[in-house]
Amino acid sequence: MESSERIARRFEAARAEGRPALIVYLTAGDPCPERTPSLALALERGGADILELGVPFSDPIADGPVIQQASDRALKAGTTVERVLEIAAEIRRRSEIPIVLFSYLNPLLRYGFDRLCGDARTAGVDGVLVTDLSVEEAEEPAESLRRHGLDRIFLAAPTSTDRRLDLVARYSSGFVYVVSRTGVTGARDTVNRAVEDLVRRLRARTPLPLAVGFGISRREHVEEVGRYADGAVVGSAVMRVVDESADGVLEERLEGLCRELSGKR
Amino acid sequence: MNEKVMQVPDERGHFGPYGGRFVPETLMAPLEELERAFREAQQDPEFHRELKELLETYAGRPTPLYEARRLGAELGGARIFLKREDLLHTGAHKINNCLGQILLARRMGKRRIIAETGAGQHGVATATVCALFGMECVVYMGEEDMRRQRLNVFRMRLLGAKVVPVRTGSRTLKDAVSEAMRDWVTNVETTHYLLGSALGAHPYPLMVREFHRVTGEEARRQVLERTGRLPDAVIACVGGGSNAIGIFSAFIPDERVALIGVEAGGRSLAPGEHAARFAGGAPGVLQGAYSYLLQNGDGQVLLTHSVSAGLDYALVGPEHAWLHDQGRAEYVSASDREALEAARRLARTEGIIPALESAHAVAEAIRRAPAAKGQIFLVNLSGRGDKDTDIYRENFPELDQNDGIE
Repeated sequence: MESSERIARRFEAARAEGRPALIVYLTAGDPCPERTPSLALALERGGADILELGVPFSDPIADGPVIQQASDRALKAGTTVERVLEIAAEIRRRSEIPIVLFSYLNPLLRYGFDRLCGDARTAGVDGVLVTDLSVEEAEEPAESLRRHGLDRIFLAAPTSTDRRLDLVARYSSGFVYVVSRTGVTGARDTVNRAVEDLVRRLRARTPLPLAVGFGISRREHVEEVGRYADGAVVGSAVMRVVDESADGVLEERLEGLCRELSGKR
Repeated sequence: MNEKVMQVPDERGHFGPYGGRFVPETLMAPLEELERAFREAQQDPEFHRELKELLETYAGRPTPLYEARRLGAELGGARIFLKREDLLHTGAHKINNCLGQILLARRMGKRRIIAETGAGQHGVATATVCALFGMECVVYMGEEDMRRQRLNVFRMRLLGAKVVPVRTGSRTLKDAVSEAMRDWVTNVETTHYLLGSALGAHPYPLMVREFHRVTGEEARRQVLERTGRLPDAVIACVGGGSNAIGIFSAFIPDERVALIGVEAGGRSLAPGEHAARFAGGAPGVLQGAYSYLLQNGDGQVLLTHSVSAGLDYALVGPEHAWLHDQGRAEYVSASDREALEAARRLARTEGIIPALESAHAVAEAIRRAPAAKGQIFLVNLSGRGDKDTDIYRENFPELDQNDGIE
């Protein structure tokens, strides 16, 4: 099956406007599964180009405290993989925003990886990123994703060797998620300068759009990253707002955050 | 013998379908670096010479093989031999692996060591080798385990380590591993993660097995010397499974020798009440490896319980999963109560107070021995029980009367 091309088109549109695509992470099911579609639409109204929909997991080893706690709240609210797919389908009924499922491997394995790919595509998901699935172990899952027309998004890290970047480039489609620094997810005051070099190393290997994430929380970070990359990913800053906002103003606050990040008036 | 059982893992760390390397990309290159350092060290006679010297002059190897004659006579069946890893420096088998890994860390030029610990035995062993080599040491430990194992927390601090309480999840070993991985992914340039069991991403399960293989090699030689034959069964407790894989590894080619792993049966085999992965788990991925995992129908990891902090973990080491599926090893469980009773019995018949983890293996030997007349059991007594004194006190209140003395 062919890819939906939603992700590629969104990067092209942002490029045509001379700005980086804004990719926004949202843990599905926090504060409760019923609310997530409405929060996702608020992010889009504020200027989010691509939605990363997080599947909550009990043991998120790559995440800092903010997203760990968001996952805990989502699980306590009864969020399952099946429920996340329903949420994706609901968002798709109401919007054309590209949706990337962002997950740890185990919940997807338990669901059945190939079955997950089929159901995700039906729900309107465009791509999948599995945090703890390295390219070495990805042959079979990547084939399932490809067969179901889903983009395969892998991470590139500051520690990645040239050999590993070659593999990442070979396996990826849609875009490559460039991890800005060693460490777990979480907001920082500055973006690690060394990521520019990593972006350059990847450019030499792939024509795919490159999106930088980890530690990005402000408009100035998005602007800075936009000078050398094609997109910026914001996660913990979003989930912090979900955690700290009064229930009645959640959508308003999230839309406001994305307006600020995207520079959209 | 099935050739496939003999030659695991493959070059990518797979034990059949199990094991592998399931971590975020940031950790992949460091794991490759560690694997390279480990393979080079394996080829280096000087590495082996230095490790052997430390094991003999510092840790106290070889450990004795002791026949538990009074216990055996009481049970009236199999002869029971104990491999006394509890007599090693720091009180458990963990020091074998720690000495091996600290030498690797030095080879790689890493000066900061991090570790997770459950019962505290691995934390103490890590703090010990860091003191010995003058390295910075940070140990992650679940808050619940810090409460259960206060003595070991203090020992680590006395040895100069920093003990960081982990307050996420069930506040036990699994959560300590997650925090250690988060530290490693952040400080990967300077830091070696000294993982304490046959768990995690490749090369850890292979490397930890190789550093504990010495237990099995010594024990095999000792049993042959003492009895003129191989044992009928080798019994060891299995949390992550490091002491078990260490003693099993020397006997895997001996097809007639039964290998028996004992998991924590906890309070019952209801979900959340135990850590018996083969009884209640299904294959899944946790913290870098694919193996039997206690999880719910949606792939979320279940909480576990065991009176023994060192067995209280949701995933079993991947090589055990492979040995299980191949039918080469058998896995059973002993309940909290059975382990406690086994500890008391060993104390009273042999004058040996075992660690609660090792008491699970003793419990299985006690269960099987009466029907095994003429057989020889080899039990890995992986640790001593001093650290568990508080838990024994709580569970044997009748022994804790002070006769009016304040």
